[in-house]
Amino acid sequence: MVGLAAEAAVANHGAGPAYDEPPVIEVRDLSIAYGGKRALDNVTLEIHRHEIFGIIGPANSGKTSFLRALNRMDAFNSAMEVEGSIRINGKNVNDWRNEYALRRHIGVVFPLPVGLPLTVYENVAFSPRLRGIRRKAELDEVVERCLRRAALWDEVKDRLDSLGSLLSGGQQQRLTIARALSQEPELLLLDEFSIAVDPVTTMRIEDVLKELRSELTIVLVTNLVQQARRLADRTAFFLMGELVEIGDTEDLFAGEAKDERTTGYIEGRFG
Amino acid sequence: MDRYQPMFAATRLNRRSYRNQSVARAVFCLMTVALVIPVLLIVGTLVVKGGPAISWEFLFTPPRDNMTAGGILPALVGTVWLVVVALLASVPLGVAAALYLSEYAPDNLLTRTINLAIINLAGVPSIVHALFGVGAFVLFFRFGASILAASLTLAIMTLPVVIVATRESLQAVPQAFREACLNMGATRWQTIRKVVLPNSVSGILTGVILEVSRTAGETAPIMFTGATAFVAFLPESVFDQTMAMSYHLYYIATQATDVPEEFTFGVALVLIAIVLLMNAVSIGFRVYLRGLKKW
Repeated sequence: MVGLAAEAAVANHGAGPAYDEPPVIEVRDLSIAYGGKRALDNVTLEIHRHEIFGIIGPANSGKTSFLRALNRMDAFNSAMEVEGSIRINGKNVNDWRNEYALRRHIGVVFPLPVGLPLTVYENVAFSPRLRGIRRKAELDEVVERCLRRAALWDEVKDRLDSLGSLLSGGQQQRLTIARALSQEPELLLLDEFSIAVDPVTTMRIEDVLKELRSELTIVLVTNLVQQARRLADRTAFFLMGELVEIGDTEDLFAGEAKDERTTGYIEGRFG
Repeated sequence: MDRYQPMFAATRLNRRSYRNQSVARAVFCLMTVALVIPVLLIVGTLVVKGGPAISWEFLFTPPRDNMTAGGILPALVGTVWLVVVALLASVPLGVAAALYLSEYAPDNLLTRTINLAIINLAGVPSIVHALFGVGAFVLFFRFGASILAASLTLAIMTLPVVIVATRESLQAVPQAFREACLNMGATRWQTIRKVVLPNSVSGILTGVILEVSRTAGETAPIMFTGATAFVAFLPESVFDQTMAMSYHLYYIATQATDVPEEFTFGVALVLIAIVLLMNAVSIGFRVYLRGLKKW
């Protein structure tokens, strides 16, 4: 089945998921709790390079907690307890003494956009500056490229010096996406990125994500089942902290899910 | 018209709510007036009784004839020295400690205990700080009775309020900004420097100036550590003893004889004016920085 999916992906997109290589992300027995209350229970899964990995599931099913653990965001929240192991490129994320270096390779977009209280330009130039890029011309180029990819350039090119936090909600969301891309990440974690974005812009960003697949790996958490269908190579269904199943997105939506709860959710019978 | 009446007529409950809120409003207004009266009385008395004493000579010459003539220049200058040196000592220390407590320290029992201790330290009476200052700075560190010893005592006394004011300004910066920054791979220090501090510096500075300016009026902590009743010359270094406004007021009001009454009120008036001036500077500064605020 995996082989078939890979072939199909290669046929469709040129560079499909690299299922024959060792996985980029290897999660073993991952459990997450907040102050003793379980949010995620014994999840084991693998995510491959150049894959868009979709995660669907109703509210409170542990999707966001899963993303936070990948990025070592448990370090920000002392109530968040993480058990089990997460390996990225074969290295356990807890073995990175310098967790900042790890995060630099991972771009994150959360549902509520956070425009840093800096100008639009500085929001996007922030991460390149952290990487040590100093030359103005080089920064200009990175900023323009990332804003274009996030479908925001045309709207803000004349006011790069105004504050990012003054943009509209949807624009700030795209600014956050541009910022994540400016990290030149190897891994992009998207948590319901389209929640504040209009449908037309969402489609433009989705097209960009499909292109980006040839450069990086994307984990896409979404409430929009159809979005997972459009984008994801494989999709996982989370329910109440449990990983119900992972399958080829095509198969799941063709009604070939192994668990009837998955079919029920996809067809909108609950959740 | 008539048929709409029942819908929009006030019910008994509406009328009672309206009456209650009028009463509440009147009570709160009265309380505010009651608070303003003492302030007006104090400032009014000082202006009326002390105003005539204020002159160039009063402000810019040293006292003469056993405090019964001349002015208050050494005390004025001394108070400025004390406050400035105290600021220089307490601000870096307090801000650094607050940064650690608010941005780095894990939220555990030890941190919470330290925070509690800091709040309690703010409640220690100033005379206790004074005696600590004598023991630590005057005797142990051998600074003698000097501006340095007195200012450090004031600094120790204001440290808790500086820490609390700073921590509150830091915590007013939304957590989401920090997370967004850290998620891009910035270290904590980069996050603090680029996002947290620029957005809290106005609150930190104004809070700190406001708190420290109050030390200008403190008497107990300086009377054993560096203030003296009379020196004819101005201090030249932090190792000199100095006169100070608050101590001068205490001295001419209770110790010296035959001091004209308007002198005493005049000193009090100038002291209040200094503190108000510092507060005004701090508020002006806040207004200016708020104009630059980015969210």
